[in-house]
Amino acid sequence: MASSLKVEGLTKCFGGLVALDNCSMAVQEGTITGLIGPNGAGKTTLFNVITGFYTPEKGRILYNGEAIEALPPHEVFRKGIVRTFQVSRELKNMTVFENLKLVPEAQPGEAFWNAWFRPITVKDHEEKIGRRAEEVMDYIDLARLKDEKARNLSGGQKKLLELGRTMMADPELILLDEPGAGINPTLMKKLSNYIMNLKEEQGITFMLIEHDMDLVMKLCDPIVVLSNGKKLMEGTAAEVQKDEEVLDAYLGR
Amino acid sequence: MNVSGLLGYFATFAIAAGAYSIASLGLNVQFGYTGLYNFGIAAFFATGAYVEGIITGGPSMEHLGGFDLPVLVGVIAAMVVSAILAYIIGIPTLRLKGEFLGISSLGIAETIRLIITNEKWLAGGVWGLGDIPRPLGNLVGPKTYNWVYLGLVLAVVGIIYFLVQKIVKSPWGRVLKAIREDEGVAAAMGKNVYKYKMQSLILGSVIMAVGGAFYAHYVGYLSPESFRPLMGTFIIWAMLMAGGKGNNKGAILGAFVVWGVWTFTEFFVNYLPSGLASRAGYINAIFIAILFQVLIRIRPQGILGGE
Repeated sequence: MASSLKVEGLTKCFGGLVALDNCSMAVQEGTITGLIGPNGAGKTTLFNVITGFYTPEKGRILYNGEAIEALPPHEVFRKGIVRTFQVSRELKNMTVFENLKLVPEAQPGEAFWNAWFRPITVKDHEEKIGRRAEEVMDYIDLARLKDEKARNLSGGQKKLLELGRTMMADPELILLDEPGAGINPTLMKKLSNYIMNLKEEQGITFMLIEHDMDLVMKLCDPIVVLSNGKKLMEGTAAEVQKDEEVLDAYLGR
Repeated sequence: MNVSGLLGYFATFAIAAGAYSIASLGLNVQFGYTGLYNFGIAAFFATGAYVEGIITGGPSMEHLGGFDLPVLVGVIAAMVVSAILAYIIGIPTLRLKGEFLGISSLGIAETIRLIITNEKWLAGGVWGLGDIPRPLGNLVGPKTYNWVYLGLVLAVVGIIYFLVQKIVKSPWGRVLKAIREDEGVAAAMGKNVYKYKMQSLILGSVIMAVGGAFYAHYVGYLSPESFRPLMGTFIIWAMLMAGGKGNNKGAILGAFVVWGVWTFTEFFVNYLPSGLASRAGYINAIFIAILFQVLIRIRPQGILGGE
């Protein structure tokens, strides 16, 4: 699964506010690229532009050499890019199980006439997806909440459900927006192992926004620092931690 | 009133409630499961009724049609025409946020009502469209006919309930619910939100048109006045909300409850002094409003609640 993402001269404004200012960066295939920076640096905006939620004023996004900046979100997903949201967006009045089963692509039952005319095909596929969803729920510790409405989950569990959704997709590139926020240390460890495993075993590429520096320093290589809508620098954990500008803008001394 | 009179009254009541419950099921697909605000139910209900009247009615020099064709042909034609209408309305409105569909569908429904009112050649204008036959009318005498027609309507309600239930429980229905809960998430998970909203709008509108078609045979005579926003659209909203949005049984139950309150109170307003009798319609509406006040207080999710 090859994947590389290249962002060239991306500009996105909200009224007078320049959220991304001629921003360029690249994510190499098979890496876990960390994205750090102060609040308002443009990290989440960058995610939103990549995944088609915002159209940039200027600039290009190349995914495996193909321009994707004009694609709507569902087509970006079909290219193999899946994201999570910073503030969890669970489907409140649907169960945990339904939240997960929604995700897989090209389900035969997603055409309404198949529910009437090809019920057996639909049922078989549902069972297959259901088994996968059970595995995912086991992994993210939500198995006993399978039939619970997502609105009733705790904040951390909602975060895990966000992550579970990416596990239900067949992605090449996963964009994680603060996956660790609100998750307890044990699960956090499990989460980082999980990300590592997916990278090593399935060659999935990650882009990760996170304020937990332990997690970032441990997992990410390279780390990209954004500030004021621009790339401030890029380097390994050690390089970033020594950089004067980064210390001033974000990490502190 | 004697027993057979009462029973006959009940049959007529149930036929109308049945026709409305079909429309309410259609709205449930659109709003209950997809979150689409269709305030133009009257457009689809009227389209279904008028197409049915024109296709199955006897020949007339006064307006289009009178093709005297079988009921099934009329119903299929009603479905096709309403599907096209829904598609045309959907193109500009479904890419926008929810309220736009609400306002524009309300406007479009009124436009269609005014076209029917003013284009006499089309459907008789204010004179209305009469001579709509009774399906299976030659089977039994006029006295028992209502029971036969009631059976037919209830069978149609049953079939539509079964078909809708089947698809809202399918992965397709799951996508609709996801759109209702959070469009952005549905899109981020690879679902073409516009396409599904369009399918939901068309399917729901087609169901409404079937309701309209059976309503046409029930009244036998159509007037544009029957499709004003109150009786053509909002009463159906009232039915779905009372029964429980996102619940197909609720959609049907709500139709019977609201229509029950409506006709039952009509019964009483007949005995009002003549000064008040002219305001019967408004007094009726007050009772529906009271029903809603009570429901909102004690059971805001509707009688059966949604899913």
